[in-house]
Amino acid sequence: MFDFSIWTNWIDQFLRTNLPEFWALAIEFVVVGVIILALYCIIALALIYFERKICAFFQCRLGPNRVGPYGIFQSVADMLKMLIKEIIPINHTDKFLFYLAPFFVLIASILAFGAIPWGNGLQILDFNIGIFYILSVSSLGVIGILLAGWASNNKYSMIGAMRSGAQLISYELSAGLALMTIVVLSGSMQLSTMIEGQKDCWYLFQGHIPAVIAFIIYLIAGHAETNRGPFDLPEAESELAAGYHTEYSGLQFGFFYLAEYLNMFIIASIAATVFLGGWMPFHVTGLDGFNAVMDYIPSVIWFFGKVVFLMMLSLWVRWTFPRLRIDHLLDLEWKYLLPINMVNLLVMVIVVIYGWYF
Amino acid sequence: MKSVYNYIISIFKAVYSLAQGFEITFKEFFTKKITEQYPENRKTTLVTFDRFRGELVMPHDENNEHACTACGICMMNCPNGTIKVVSKMVEAEDGGKPKKVLDKYYYDLGKCTFCNLCVLNCPSKAIHFQNTFENSVFTRSKLQETLNKEGSKMREKNKE
Repeated sequence: MFDFSIWTNWIDQFLRTNLPEFWALAIEFVVVGVIILALYCIIALALIYFERKICAFFQCRLGPNRVGPYGIFQSVADMLKMLIKEIIPINHTDKFLFYLAPFFVLIASILAFGAIPWGNGLQILDFNIGIFYILSVSSLGVIGILLAGWASNNKYSMIGAMRSGAQLISYELSAGLALMTIVVLSGSMQLSTMIEGQKDCWYLFQGHIPAVIAFIIYLIAGHAETNRGPFDLPEAESELAAGYHTEYSGLQFGFFYLAEYLNMFIIASIAATVFLGGWMPFHVTGLDGFNAVMDYIPSVIWFFGKVVFLMMLSLWVRWTFPRLRIDHLLDLEWKYLLPINMVNLLVMVIVVIYGWYF
Repeated sequence: MKSVYNYIISIFKAVYSLAQGFEITFKEFFTKKITEQYPENRKTTLVTFDRFRGELVMPHDENNEHACTACGICMMNCPNGTIKVVSKMVEAEDGGKPKKVLDKYYYDLGKCTFCNLCVLNCPSKAIHFQNTFENSVFTRSKLQETLNKEGSKMREKNKE
């Protein structure tokens, strides 16, 4: 596997030998920040195009096909439209909170975005509590949603925001417990260590039955956290106009839109990292020739391949099931996912204690 | 105990029914897409149905003959005054009674609602609607058409 840290270390050494430490660090911070923000936008644009194409295919349509070959510039055109639109000031809103809310949503997802391991040696933040960090900052976004609903001074926005809050509080439990199951198996919360632990076999296969159950529960809970159909109650068009972002226009609406797609990406990449080995290629113990061939595929491609696969699953779910009612939504979490998850965690602990994993 | 049993059974039933939904959408994902890419496919795969009423025409055969007897029933049946049949009297060659023949068959596409009443009521089946639908033009006068061709005459019925 090519280790990208050779490049990053070389740049670091080059800057430190030519500049005082403060300026070297300052340049590195700025460069890393710019790269994160640029990646954030590019991935969001790609995701929007990807989603529109896939959802069109599920509905027997072709999707965007006019702007550029196969419509690949459609989301760029949408972005330009969004950028030149007016931000309409609304009377009788709490101005400060109203303008603050989109940044909360956006910053929460950028913070989580920074901790994702992109490839071998391509990780910006590698805490020893990586999973915990990602879970906590990605759920900060709901504060932004609640603020948006509250500050809009609008019944529908408020209901949408409250639903979003209830939904996130419920499903965060399941997501956390499902990840905890794998933390029990791996014995570490640091993302790089977890990926290293999946060198021979991904955790999904190492932990067999409890890991598969945790994987499915994490996908359901993560899907619900991103507020996307069939869990899109906070922005249910037919009931609440557009939910918490009814009053937003122009770039502010764009921020919500961007954050929604990036949250989908973040959930998919956490699932890929924790259950499917992140950038780690598919290795089978004993088949050395096969493993060597798999190692030739760059780690970044492995990562993106897994993430795209998981997002396909997410879109498939989105276009298959009708929207849940709010009580059914809470039923699903509190009566089904949570008890199953707790039993599953116990099973995983037993499996780990007796060493029944691969 | 019964409720625990029902609880567990309900989970499996739910998974089964969700899987059925997945199966349907999975099949749909790979079906042929029905989107018509109109301006590109107008020469290739575009199919307009035969019964689509796009434009009134009067078919002429190879001898430049039509079947219109200039009776004017279509003109009387038209709710919008779209059709105007202008007839003329022609002296018979053998010196018999003068005969009424079609001179001009005016049709205003801009006024037509494509109700098909003219075609239904035509006793000699001289006119019909064809399925050409690209009727947009830049000036309204271009929509005023004369359906009978220059120098055409009525097809003589075989007497025997």
